[in-house]
Amino acid sequence: MIAWRSTWSIYKRELVRFMRTAFQSVLAPVLTTSLYILVFGGAIGGRMPDMGTVDFGAFIIPGLLMLTLLGETTSNSSFGIYMPRFTGTIYKLLSAPVGFGETLLGFVGAAATKSLILAAIILLTARIFVDYTIAHPFLALLYIMLVAAAFSLFGFIMGIWADNFEKLGIIPMLVLTPLTFLGGTFYSIDMLPDPWDKIALANPIVYLVSGLRWTFYGSSDVSIALSLGITLGFLVLCVGVVAVIFKTGWRLRD
Amino acid sequence: MNEPILELSGLTKVYSGGLKALDNVDLEIRRGEIFALLGPNGAGKTTLIGSVCGLVRPTGGSINAFGAGLDTTWRSARARIGLVPQEMATDMFETVWRAVSYSRGLFGLAPNKARIEEILRSLSLWDKRDAQIRELSGGMKRRVLIAKAMAHEPELLFLDEPTAGVDVELRKDMWRQIDEMRARGVTIILTTHYIEEAEEMADRVGIISKGRLLMVDEKAAMMTKLGLTEAHFALAAPLAQLPHELSRFSVELEKGGTSLRYRGGDGTGRGKAEVAELAKALVNAGIDFTGIDTRESSLEDIFVSLLGEEEVPA
Ligand SMILES: Nc1ncnc2c1ncn2[C@@H]1O[C@H](COP(=O)(O)OP(=O)(O)OP(=O)(O)O)[C@@H](O)[C@H]1O
Ligand SMILES: [Mg+2]
Repeated sequence: MIAWRSTWSIYKRELVRFMRTAFQSVLAPVLTTSLYILVFGGAIGGRMPDMGTVDFGAFIIPGLLMLTLLGETTSNSSFGIYMPRFTGTIYKLLSAPVGFGETLLGFVGAAATKSLILAAIILLTARIFVDYTIAHPFLALLYIMLVAAAFSLFGFIMGIWADNFEKLGIIPMLVLTPLTFLGGTFYSIDMLPDPWDKIALANPIVYLVSGLRWTFYGSSDVSIALSLGITLGFLVLCVGVVAVIFKTGWRLRD
Repeated sequence: MNEPILELSGLTKVYSGGLKALDNVDLEIRRGEIFALLGPNGAGKTTLIGSVCGLVRPTGGSINAFGAGLDTTWRSARARIGLVPQEMATDMFETVWRAVSYSRGLFGLAPNKARIEEILRSLSLWDKRDAQIRELSGGMKRRVLIAKAMAHEPELLFLDEPTAGVDVELRKDMWRQIDEMRARGVTIILTTHYIEEAEEMADRVGIISKGRLLMVDEKAAMMTKLGLTEAHFALAAPLAQLPHELSRFSVELEKGGTSLRYRGGDGTGRGKAEVAELAKALVNAGIDFTGIDTRESSLEDIFVSLLGEEEVPA
């Protein structure tokens, strides 16, 4: 049973918080991503050979979108739950008649919504610099939603795990960004020399970037089924972890 | 109607560090009463409240609220319980109105502007409804916490040191608030360090120290049991020893025989009567005195004496 009114309250409040800081929380990532697209896609891209059937500028867009999406979703969501823990306002949530379902739908739903808004803005902005098309728009939307949900959950877990601000920033900075860069944002995995193309497949982000690229251009390094499977698997894993956190009260209830 | 609104039995909490913050606490709270939990720093008051409100996971014992085990009915129970925490915890950038409305929604109630206005007005926060919480004074912030706790119209309200750091004027104001809530049928459990507050507000008082509930009683009964009258007679001329006429009284000489101290009674007025008799006895014995200073013991004295006994090594 889900208490919808409570869920809606959490969701709405998180979005209001987002709107209050919309300028920073949207502008910064959009600016960064646009710069990447402008420099690598617009300027350098013209001198690069096409990647399969698409030109380089268009090729890097799904990867760059994924880069921003993963970082922003994770940090948004982790802040959403970390801040109340930090300020102590979490007492309200813990003493409320809400459980796993409401908290998750409220916080994670809001974080995912923010990510979707961000993704839409980035894609629209990118269109200014680079001419790209989306082969499977519906699948692309679905895939972005899936990734947004999964990493909102992941961020939620990070926000509960972190016991200081440094830890909060460490995962997006130290893990997600490098892995996304190495995950085939700027190149196709099969361009790598022999052992590295196999090693690269150990990087889970490869599957995410590849999956999104497939929805854009209909071809990619690994099959879309595998990408979807891995994304779903990660989503389920995160739900499981959050369920355990709520069951045990880890870092939430003394 | 007579069933307790809250029942703790054998409630125990051992924190992960091994500290026993609650030690086998049994307590029944009656519907409609104001119960004051009194104890020194670190006694376990906040832990007790947290255990009921879902902030702390008890390690032993059981909690029944509204006649059912909290284990299974926590959802419906929490909807009927309000909490004003001890720590000032507010979202600083939120406006007062939003914060209070959110609390109501979070607890599953439909928006009700009129009700929230009523709450804000009763706490003198109406003028500040659109102010960000960070712009408020400390006392106002505390009232926002109270407003947030009242937003979902709880039947059982925990106030964890509601008047800490609040000036005398505001404290009186809060006592009035609490009285109004009681009049509306809200059961209130408050913790405090101010004995004055417990004495002023509470129907019953529980004294807790080191996680153990030392005593729970009606405030009046506690005074009766442990109340004491103390009187000092300033003597006109010092006495070397107590005259035998006074042996039936519990008196002794102090300050080098210049003063006579009486200590006795039980908080029902017997002490006062004995002081009057003692005065007559002194006159009859021809002992002159220049002043009488009498004092009834307060809850504070009771508290100190109880905790004092507690300190004695076993
Ligand atoms: N989260 C925690 N982890 C470990 N120990 C804790 C925790 N919270 C409280 N304690 C310990 O439990 C004991 C009881 O603390 P509690 O906060 O319940 O006391 P209190 O009666 O509310 O005190 P005060 O009057 O100072 O608010 C204290 O010794 C405290 O140090
Ligand atoms: Mg306390």
